[in-house]
Amino acid sequence: MSNVLAVATIVIKELYRRKDFYVLFVMTALICLVMGSVHFFNDAHIARYLKEICLLLVWISSLVIAITTTARQIPMERENRTLFPLLAKPLSRTELLLGKFFGCWFACGLALVCFYLLFSLLAASRERHWLFLNYFQAGFLHWAMLGVVVALALLGSLIFTAPSSNTTICFVAATAILLLGRHLNKVALQLPEPRRSILYALYYCIPHLELFDLRDLIIHDWPLVPWRVCGLATLYAIGYAAAFLIAACLIFRRKAVN
Amino acid sequence: MVLALLVLCFGLAAGLDVWFQTWAGNRAQTADLLNVLVGDSRRMFANHFFVKADAYFHSGFYPTVFDNREAFQTPHMAEDSGTVGSRNQGDETSFLGKPRDWIDAFSRQLFPSRHTHLDEGGASGDLSGSSGVREIMPWLWLSAELNPNDIRTYTVAAYWLRERMGKVAEAEQFLRAGLHENPDSYEIMYELGRVYNENKNDPARARNLWEAALDQWQKQVASKPDPERSYKFLFVEITSHLAMLEEKQGHYAKALAYMKLWQAHSASPDAVQEYINDVRHKMTSPTPSPAAAPPQPAGQAP
Repeated sequence: MSNVLAVATIVIKELYRRKDFYVLFVMTALICLVMGSVHFFNDAHIARYLKEICLLLVWISSLVIAITTTARQIPMERENRTLFPLLAKPLSRTELLLGKFFGCWFACGLALVCFYLLFSLLAASRERHWLFLNYFQAGFLHWAMLGVVVALALLGSLIFTAPSSNTTICFVAATAILLLGRHLNKVALQLPEPRRSILYALYYCIPHLELFDLRDLIIHDWPLVPWRVCGLATLYAIGYAAAFLIAACLIFRRKAVN
Repeated sequence: MVLALLVLCFGLAAGLDVWFQTWAGNRAQTADLLNVLVGDSRRMFANHFFVKADAYFHSGFYPTVFDNREAFQTPHMAEDSGTVGSRNQGDETSFLGKPRDWIDAFSRQLFPSRHTHLDEGGASGDLSGSSGVREIMPWLWLSAELNPNDIRTYTVAAYWLRERMGKVAEAEQFLRAGLHENPDSYEIMYELGRVYNENKNDPARARNLWEAALDQWQKQVASKPDPERSYKFLFVEITSHLAMLEEKQGHYAKALAYMKLWQAHSASPDAVQEYINDVRHKMTSPTPSPAAAPPQPAGQAP
């Protein structure tokens, strides 16, 4: 476990040494501040459009950070020839992979804390109230979703040859699932067999990332989601992340690193 | 050779520049950033943002392109404002239908899945928060910016501005901006008349605006062989408001004339007949008939 944490620590340090997070954070803050400076019809208390824009930018930025950070982990180690010395140490391939996963995931978590802090300050400045538990729920489920995405990107980095192709495919897959995942069953029911069964099989197989998207509930001030539901959603995310990680470990064990 | 080509380029540039400055499609003629960036395709996005405002009106509970949209053909924020006729059918609360599988059932706890309106408290159900309808305004403003010729954006926004947000001056200003872009719009004239009648207590100006609206309606729509229901809706609204105004001011003959116009296109001619009978009774005697109900605007049930 200490090996895993040691690798994870290096990945976290890499995140705050690179410019990716700072550029995205500053851009998000700037755009939100500009949009927040607009007053429509002389009303200074309109908040939801600002919350939506901020949360959209947070989600885009978090996906960028998660996928780009994870996609380059293993290929960069191979390119810099640091993979051999790493594996020469008493560090198994599984521990290396788990370390990379936890490092990327925790790094995403830290980034999310900063983003959600910015969001809650923006929302509080307009709405004059602070829905801490609601934001915590949204942030926590968002982080759980990123765990699935990080595991997927890690698996992709072992399957695809170039980090660019892995990044692109992960982005397209994540975006497609977020936009269309909820509706695949509706489309499937309107199709004739065998297309209906194929689409429904796809619907059941994909990780439903849209389950973790509580943006509409936060934007429109809906009450808290029951904690039991949050727990089940977290278990769902753990299940898919574990499945992707197991597949990654199995592939990495058999893969030649030279 | 190079010199000749340079002279040719210079001549072409000089000639084309004069034509370009006078060309109608020249985006450089406008300082509007949106117009320069997206040109006429901005109108395509205008309707998207109008619908987005209605989604905000429902606190996020809104059908997507994959759902049954029968009950949302007319945006509810427009229907509730009384500025457009409704084409909605079916149950607005159950467009999602029954859950199709366990993932569908589980997911409904993680996104808005209850029908609410912002003017009725929204997701919290707190009726004192009905001014929360302000949240739809940025999208209506953006829709108007992208397509200044979409009349309903102005009328819907103006209604909610003056009715729930108490911003009468802003509502009037927005309507006048709409009238500037659409000088022949009877819908905007009608809504402006409502501002003067209901909020500014200026029946004379309201009458002028409604008469102008009626005049425009008759110029634009009356010549059509079979006007659509939406056109008739506005005609009924204009004539009924004029009739009520004239009756309130004691101009019974004019009120009668407007009521007859109203009755001709009303979906409930019998109800209008009761108003006509009441006015006739007032014309013949000063005391009102005890059987007649007090006059109500056309938007409410008689």
